Amino acid sequence: MHGAAVSLHQTNESSPPNGDLALRLRIDALYAEYAQVIDDDRLEEWPALFAENGKYRVTTRENHGKGLALAIMYCDGRGMMSDRISALRLANIYEPHVYCHLTSCVRVVESTAEEINAQANFAVIRTMQEGEQTIFASGRTFDRIVEAGGRLLFKDRLVVLDSRQVDTLLVIPL
Amino acid sequence: MSVIESKPPSFSMPSDDLSLVPFRVYTDEQLYALEQERIFRGPTWNFLALECEIPNPGDYKTTYAGDAPVIVVRGEDGAVNALVNRCAHKGALICYKPSGNVREFSCVYHNWTYDLTGRLTGVAFKRGVGGKGGLSPDFDQASHGLERLRVATYRGLIFGTFREETPSFLDYIGAELAANIDRVFIKPLRVVGYHCQALPNNWKLYAENNRDSYHASLLHVFHNTFGVVRPNMGGGVKISDSGWHHLSFTQREPLSDNEAAREKVRSLKEQYRLQDPSMMEHKLELGDQVTNAIQTIFPSMVVQQILNALAVRQIQPKGVDRTELVWTILGFADDDAEMQELRLKVNNLVGPAGLISMEDGCVGGFVQRAAKADPEALSVMPMGGHDIKGSEGSRVTEAAVRGFWKGWRECMGLQ
Repeated sequence: MHGAAVSLHQTNESSPPNGDLALRLRIDALYAEYAQVIDDDRLEEWPALFAENGKYRVTTRENHGKGLALAIMYCDGRGMMSDRISALRLANIYEPHVYCHLTSCVRVVESTAEEINAQANFAVIRTMQEGEQTIFASGRTFDRIVEAGGRLLFKDRLVVLDSRQVDTLLVIPL
Repeated sequence: MSVIESKPPSFSMPSDDLSLVPFRVYTDEQLYALEQERIFRGPTWNFLALECEIPNPGDYKTTYAGDAPVIVVRGEDGAVNALVNRCAHKGALICYKPSGNVREFSCVYHNWTYDLTGRLTGVAFKRGVGGKGGLSPDFDQASHGLERLRVATYRGLIFGTFREETPSFLDYIGAELAANIDRVFIKPLRVVGYHCQALPNNWKLYAENNRDSYHASLLHVFHNTFGVVRPNMGGGVKISDSGWHHLSFTQREPLSDNEAAREKVRSLKEQYRLQDPSMMEHKLELGDQVTNAIQTIFPSMVVQQILNALAVRQIQPKGVDRTELVWTILGFADDDAEMQELRLKVNNLVGPAGLISMEDGCVGGFVQRAAKADPEALSVMPMGGHDIKGSEGSRVTEAAVRGFWKGWRECMGLQ
């Protein structure tokens, strides 16, 4: 079945989750686009990678494991995402730095006609303006992805950090 | 209160003016060690945990009082015990997990066991094996329990002190500041979650930052822009009689706009509007109009109410130039679904990514890096004069920061 034109709607409910190579490639492309929008400082484009009413949350393994709902960043809808970006452009004070996202172990857990449930591991290397590099974050993303207007978009992206601790501050989304 | 008469070798404060502090206090290893002994193990109440984190007998959580690792555990009798997390045998951590429930504590190294009050109840192979070995006959088991802290609980908050002479918690903070804890923690609490933020600076820089009501509307542009804290809003600063603790609060009752306008405080109101202001919605749940109340309890605790974002923060020193800030984000046990959602949204304001708190994560590091080069140079705190009196209305003062240094000098014996 690989090689066929793939859309969510053609994904059979009983198809094995990783059996659809074309779908897997589309998800890889979404993850790459997401990482590069952030790493290239094209942050104004970041909310558009989500569905209009999409959710974005960053939390820790500690909170997630205990079933505690608190997020380090919590955006419900593109409006709150845009507000995060305008705040970092206009209001917040922080030392300039860039991220390099490394994404791996992409796994399609389930795909139905309505949405895809996918996960990936990630690490983010943070480079400060003076050159100091650290592994700023690592963890897992839990995503619910939908298709709208021929594009895959995040309906819900939950970023779970391995560490309970954030160094200094988090201003650029992960 | 003068606690220690002796002074550490090679250091004295340059003058008795509380508004002058040499940068050395942020970088000196000897002073850091002395702070452990004289402040965190001194006549102070260290915030440790919340009662709602350990509701049942045997529930424990581990934390720190300064460098000292501490277990906070609810005993069989329901009372809260605070024990130094270090086996009386070889000094290993007794609890290496952050929280749990136990019937007794058992050290993994040699299986010495302790009850929930810290009493040594069992020594493995006490009588040896086959009549050989075993505990020395002169070993007094009763005097080898875990070191205990005195515990005080207030409105669900748990504090510990290493000293017998530390006054009662209420006498320590004073009635005026206890009233703010009463004001905020009006009902049984619920933990919404935790943040832990590594700060690249000495712990005192964060302790000062919280007492520095002068910076709030200057560094945190978000505050001005969205009207949580503006210099022209009502409120004031209250300082305990000791000077050690403070409360800075802001409420909706605008004074005059003129002063703020003259000072050209960075406000981006014209160019910056939230697309989704729902996180700034303030449900008045405490019976007043207070939008922002930051309270410090010397040496290492902050009680916070910012709109509906309630939290306690614990400052954990981790060496002379590193600090961990642990935020316990709170709600009330009876929050309905709508309130739970609002708490998640408003908490965008605080924590490591807090729209009005992230700057505090980096600004201490800016001081730390610059201070290092010149330990004898002085930091000056002239705003509001030299004394440590509270003020009504204006929060443009460094009085509470001077109060912190009064507490620090008194504990350290550096008058």
